[in-house]
Amino acid sequence: MAENKRLGVYICSAYGIGEAIDCEKLAEDLKKIENVVICKVRKDLCTESGADEIRQDIIEHNLEGIVIGASSPRFHTEIFKFDPKIAVDRVSLREQVAWTHEPKHKETQRLALDYMMMGIAKLNTFEPPEPMILDINETVMVIGGGVTGMNAALATTKAGFNVILVEKEAELGGFYRKLYRLTPTKEPFNELMINPCEALIEEVKSDPKIEILTNTKIISTSGQPGMFDVIAKSNGEEIRFQVGTIVQATGWIPYDATKLSHLGYGLDNVLTNIELEEQFKKNTFETDKVIENVVFIQCAGSRDQNHLPYCSSVCCMTSLKQALYIREKYPHSKIYIIYKDIRTPGPYEMFYKRVQSEDNIFLTKGEIKFVQKVNGHLNVTVGSTLLGDEISIDADLLVLATGMVPTTAVEENGNKSESEGEPQEIPLSGNRIIHSNILNLTYRQGPELPLLKYGFPDSHYICFPYETRRTGIYAAGTVRAPMDSVSAKSDAYGAALKAIQALVNIKKGTALHPRSGDMSFPDFFLQRCTQCKRCTEECPFGTLDEDDKGTPKPNPNRCRRCAICMGACPERIISFKNYSVRMISEMIKSIYIPTEEEDGEAPPRILCFMCENDAYPSLDIVAAKKIKYTPYVRIIPLRCLGSTSISWIADSLSQGFDGVILFGCKYGDDYQCHFIRGSEIANTRMENVQEKLKQLALEPERVELHMLSIDEYDKIPGIFNRFAELIEKIGPNPYKEM
Amino acid sequence: MNKEVLNTDILVVGAGIAGISTALEAAETGFNVILIEQSPFIGGRVTQLNQYFPKLCPPSCGLEINIKRLRENPLIKLYTLAEVKDITGQKGDFEVKIAIKPTYIKDNCQNIDEIIEKCPYERKNDFDFGLSNTKVIYKAHNNAYPDKYVLDRSSLTEEQLKFLSEAFPEAIDINQKEREIYVKAGSIIWASGWQPYDAKKLDNLGYGKFPNVLTNMELERLFASNGPYGGQPKFNGFNNGILKSVAFVQCAGSRDENHLEYCSSVCCLASIKQSQYIRQLYQDCEIHIYYIDIRTPGVFEEFYNTYTQDEKIYIHRGKVAKVIGNNNGLIVEAEDTLSGKLVQRAHDLVVLAVGMQPDTQKLKLLMPEVLDKNGFVRTDIDTGIIACGVCTRPKDVASTVQESTGAVMRAIHYIKGGN
Repeated sequence: MAENKRLGVYICSAYGIGEAIDCEKLAEDLKKIENVVICKVRKDLCTESGADEIRQDIIEHNLEGIVIGASSPRFHTEIFKFDPKIAVDRVSLREQVAWTHEPKHKETQRLALDYMMMGIAKLNTFEPPEPMILDINETVMVIGGGVTGMNAALATTKAGFNVILVEKEAELGGFYRKLYRLTPTKEPFNELMINPCEALIEEVKSDPKIEILTNTKIISTSGQPGMFDVIAKSNGEEIRFQVGTIVQATGWIPYDATKLSHLGYGLDNVLTNIELEEQFKKNTFETDKVIENVVFIQCAGSRDQNHLPYCSSVCCMTSLKQALYIREKYPHSKIYIIYKDIRTPGPYEMFYKRVQSEDNIFLTKGEIKFVQKVNGHLNVTVGSTLLGDEISIDADLLVLATGMVPTTAVEENGNKSESEGEPQEIPLSGNRIIHSNILNLTYRQGPELPLLKYGFPDSHYICFPYETRRTGIYAAGTVRAPMDSVSAKSDAYGAALKAIQALVNIKKGTALHPRSGDMSFPDFFLQRCTQCKRCTEECPFGTLDEDDKGTPKPNPNRCRRCAICMGACPERIISFKNYSVRMISEMIKSIYIPTEEEDGEAPPRILCFMCENDAYPSLDIVAAKKIKYTPYVRIIPLRCLGSTSISWIADSLSQGFDGVILFGCKYGDDYQCHFIRGSEIANTRMENVQEKLKQLALEPERVELHMLSIDEYDKIPGIFNRFAELIEKIGPNPYKEM
Repeated sequence: MNKEVLNTDILVVGAGIAGISTALEAAETGFNVILIEQSPFIGGRVTQLNQYFPKLCPPSCGLEINIKRLRENPLIKLYTLAEVKDITGQKGDFEVKIAIKPTYIKDNCQNIDEIIEKCPYERKNDFDFGLSNTKVIYKAHNNAYPDKYVLDRSSLTEEQLKFLSEAFPEAIDINQKEREIYVKAGSIIWASGWQPYDAKKLDNLGYGKFPNVLTNMELERLFASNGPYGGQPKFNGFNNGILKSVAFVQCAGSRDENHLEYCSSVCCLASIKQSQYIRQLYQDCEIHIYYIDIRTPGVFEEFYNTYTQDEKIYIHRGKVAKVIGNNNGLIVEAEDTLSGKLVQRAHDLVVLAVGMQPDTQKLKLLMPEVLDKNGFVRTDIDTGIIACGVCTRPKDVASTVQESTGAVMRAIHYIKGGN
């Protein structure tokens, strides 16, 4: 049924295309194809009237698919909009042929024909995807009842969804509830604020759409978005329920101060900032003691390679606030805040100024040399001060500004901190999981969210802070990054939005970012599965579980449609309706390989696979700059370079291609791949490719893989030209004439 | 004349990274969005950046995906060259008058590149902060979306305009008129972004006086591959253009009651990032960063540690008092608060890490009560206007996208009639 669609083929002759190639000749050649019902050349194809003509033809000729050879699909998108049942392929005759190659050259004409043929081959194997629509549960589970969790819960219900709020303690509030006062969050940023936590708790408790489960820990989370099955222990009882998506707002714990004995922790009158806060909150801070000198040590265990290497972002603000607590109780005390840098971003600078202007509060840049007990007195010695001298302070109270550790970084039982999964065959960026006993996912790839640096469960933390590597589960608040309560509320709203957005899309059967709206999903032809487990290991989103034998168990709602599993599968049993191993194979087969025998010459042919997200769009910039490059290359865009099937490379070489070149995103710790590690995985597959080359007795230089950022477009022509020269030097592929 | 009225759930004002993110997150949750942008292109400030910290990756990478999502989403309507003229109504039921400026360039002109080449008139390129010129018919940058060309009439005399329209009738249509639309929206998300603080006000720091005193944003353009030098900047007047020593002046106009009293939050990270641009191009160049406090919060600490290990990078605690020019280049005078001494050092290039100022002039005219005294849109009280990005507070890209996603949730609450 998918075969031989009734196709309409359209060629634009404007924008320099008509000057570069013989469009009429191209049309003549394409008309010879059996299922090309109609083929037209138009000078104003990329206009409403051009698109209208296509729309009329679709009806009149009962077309099932159309190939448009004109501008790149990144342009004129608003014009070429058709009935979604019609398969459409846009061939960049303008960018990849006319603007980048010698006009009226035989090779340029061949290039145009090949690209149009590839478009036709693609549509012949293309089936319009149908969404998989399942009955789903639309409740959002929020884990953690602190400031982030409570705000996430309220935001969700106000948007019309139900919430189950899980809190491990007996009371809601988390660390937020332990705060005595808040640092100012509004103009003029100079007065401490009453903590509104109790009111927030009341609001949550009185919201009928929030089911609160306190004293509750999750034992296991299985299934997939829209149908997560949760088993929990609630007040000693085992309970089971289903939820749709999850916001993980499990917060932080203070850095373990017992590791800070060098800063005096353990001595009398040494407290952490948390302990001081609690004493003020509970009003247990002793007032009858004589307190003349108080020292705050900033970055106690933070910004320290031996402890927490990162900055906990809020401790400067906290100490400035706590200095005012002390000032209120002991108006005549001297307060010293010893810091590396004072970090009061944005308008918090005004609060810093206000505290700085207080009498007898001394902010001093310096490094703590030692803290000791001298004659029953605490003594703090500070070096590298601004005045260049060492200073020594006798303190009646020493406060250590300790930092924040995300709950995901803490091993619950103090056991192994690495994933217990089988040792990974390939080093995968940021794929560490710690058994923090929070979600207890039954996923094959591990029980918790994968972590980036320092145990924060983040993913693409610049452009897409809620990208998440576990679809439908969104981290928010201090578990994601150190932050204050204002940022935590905003983050709660963001994560809650993503949680309901996931529900809305799963309900429609459409993919989430980055392939937003894609209705395809992978089909597995499991009868031919050899249980090699490559797909279950390589999926960046943990989509696939395994049965006892190792056969993959798909969870379509976890899938983000990158097709890395498709590239992983040596049996080629994974495919999408609109993207498959066979589709790309057919495109490769449709490329004509000239031979001496048939054509009197055999110019080289190079196959190129490109990531459609970064490298492929940059071809348009090369074209806009009218930079020419070798006409020997035929470029196929891929969803992700990780979806490359080794079979395409092997088959193309046996078909007579002289070389294969691949372009993917940068990988490593600062990866730019939109599917986390697709390009990295593609690179690891190159070992197998070299094995294949050996079997075929071909030179290893015939296959190259490059990492390319989207702004490195200027490198592409050089890479192509150099590779073409190299291939010419190596000589033609001996399989060409076979 | 009939009013052209459009109905939508959410109106997003400003299509920088905040506005784009907001529009996408809302539309992908099923809401109709009208996204307006005053420039001819979208992407805003981040399109002017060479790289993001801490990954040192190009902003166009994330933008490409976002623009693809936007292009393919039928729930988003984008209007560029569009400006808010009036706001009436309240949350849940706003009516906003919007003026859309013409491009004066015909949509289907097929040889626009040739015409630009032939066009004899140039204008200062504001996209490059005036560091380059473009023709008066121009596209902001080579990857601009929408792929729209504009005629800058303000740079032309009447005679020049007449000449152009007669010479290139296939491209230019000077009869295009500004039009007005009215948008009825359940909520408005304001994402109008920021302006770099005007360095000309920092007269002690030599900006405008010495050509080798630049702002941090100008440096971004100089090193950007789509900038005036294709990413390989040339500096004139010393060592044959080879930089030997560059100074970064932190808090140039920030944390300063005479200028911006607040901290702009990103400038420390930006300068550390920019030191890498320079170090990669000039292997022997020293970098001197003059700072009050280095502010690299959270995991950005690693970025600071990694790059300041470079033996050619020196950081000096002290506020720069002035920049003086002499025959050998530039002298930076600063009080080194670590040693207590007044120090002078010669540099070839001085980069002023100027801060961010909210770009909220329009709101100041229409709804002054929603702004704080520094011009940021207030988020601590419910003003009816939801805002995100740097117009609420100085912040980096990641925090902007995070806040923008959260802003959609608040917009949904307004639409649903709550707060």
